[in-house]
Amino acid sequence: MISEREFLERAHLDRGTLEIWIREEWLVPNRGAADRAFTEMDLARARLIHDLRHNMGVNDEGLGVILHLIDQMHGLRRALAEALASLRERTPPSGA
Amino acid sequence: MKDPYDVLGVARTATPEEIRKAYRQLAKKLHPDLNPGDKHAEERFKEVSAANDLLSDPEKRRRYDAGEIDASGAEKAPPQGRYYREYAGADAGHPYESASGYADFAEGDDLFAELLRRSREQARRAPGADLHYELHVPFLEAVNGAVKTITLPQGGTLEVAIPHGVEDGQILRLRGKGAPSRGEGPPGDALVQIVIEPHRYFTREGDDIHLELPITVKEAALGGEVRAPTTTGSVMLKIPKGSNTGDTLRLKGKGVKARGRAGDELVKLKVTMPTAPDPELEAFLAKWMPAHDYDPRKEM
Repeated sequence: MISEREFLERAHLDRGTLEIWIREEWLVPNRGAADRAFTEMDLARARLIHDLRHNMGVNDEGLGVILHLIDQMHGLRRALAEALASLRERTPPSGA
Repeated sequence: MKDPYDVLGVARTATPEEIRKAYRQLAKKLHPDLNPGDKHAEERFKEVSAANDLLSDPEKRRRYDAGEIDASGAEKAPPQGRYYREYAGADAGHPYESASGYADFAEGDDLFAELLRRSREQARRAPGADLHYELHVPFLEAVNGAVKTITLPQGGTLEVAIPHGVEDGQILRLRGKGAPSRGEGPPGDALVQIVIEPHRYFTREGDDIHLELPITVKEAALGGEVRAPTTTGSVMLKIPKGSNTGDTLRLKGKGVKARGRAGDELVKLKVTMPTAPDPELEAFLAKWMPAHDYDPRKEM
């Protein structure tokens, strides 16, 4: 778990920007009893958001769409991977 | 090392604006997070980023054009760390996962739909993440057991029951005390690594406790009962007549009690002269004539 302060530092973000990203649900930190806690995954996602905005010229409107599509793509990849793994379990290896 | 102009596909006379455009075009196509299944995307993206780093900096570009640095001069792309795709591909049930790209396929009653449903169910029931903590425990509490409270960085506290005889570096797993599940699964575990702080005079070797016990010259010569500390309070220890520095006495069962057995406490004696000069002792020793075979250095 990464504290909010450490997260801001490592992601090179200011607090105001982080608030916007969270409000837009581009980032979903863990909510503890008192403070927000972040994961290495949130940090990697923040870097991706940075790349999209600064290196690829994606504007804020487009960013939400892109993140949503990326999330769907990972959902699909997982579903496909699971389905393939189950299929492999059911199908005995050829030549056995 | 590839020529950065070739990597970006621009002419040597390209304007900064043309370079920026070319880089953006390539980044959009090659960014590893936009190509999660392409193992080579990262390498190609790094190459493009390095080329952009070099050519987008007027000073570096000038030096490259003048032959002062080669393409590897800018090879050190800013540390990117791990890409998002590595996390999104590894953790089930993370907060960003979406099934809306395939939910319709999962509604049928064929084999593929069943597999998809099972995968969604698995993601929904995935447990929360394990959280790691370090806990410093005073020596005696590690030997005798204790209950400690950790204050968590994300707020709240965690009670940790330290079993007696816990070992340095041991990891205690507290079931269900980790991060909550993102779906409907159980919470993860808290993993607490124990760091035992040293004691002023006890040390530990396995289940045995070691102690160096200073005794007076008189106690060494004449023997007698002295008070010796153990990890559970003092006991009276019988010093045999004629004891010497380095002699070790064993207190059975006074060591670490763990795993259904108990270690011993090993008391190493250390004969100690009075710290202040003692005229009486000096006067006595001046008159004392040791037996002629008393020579502690005769083996030397």
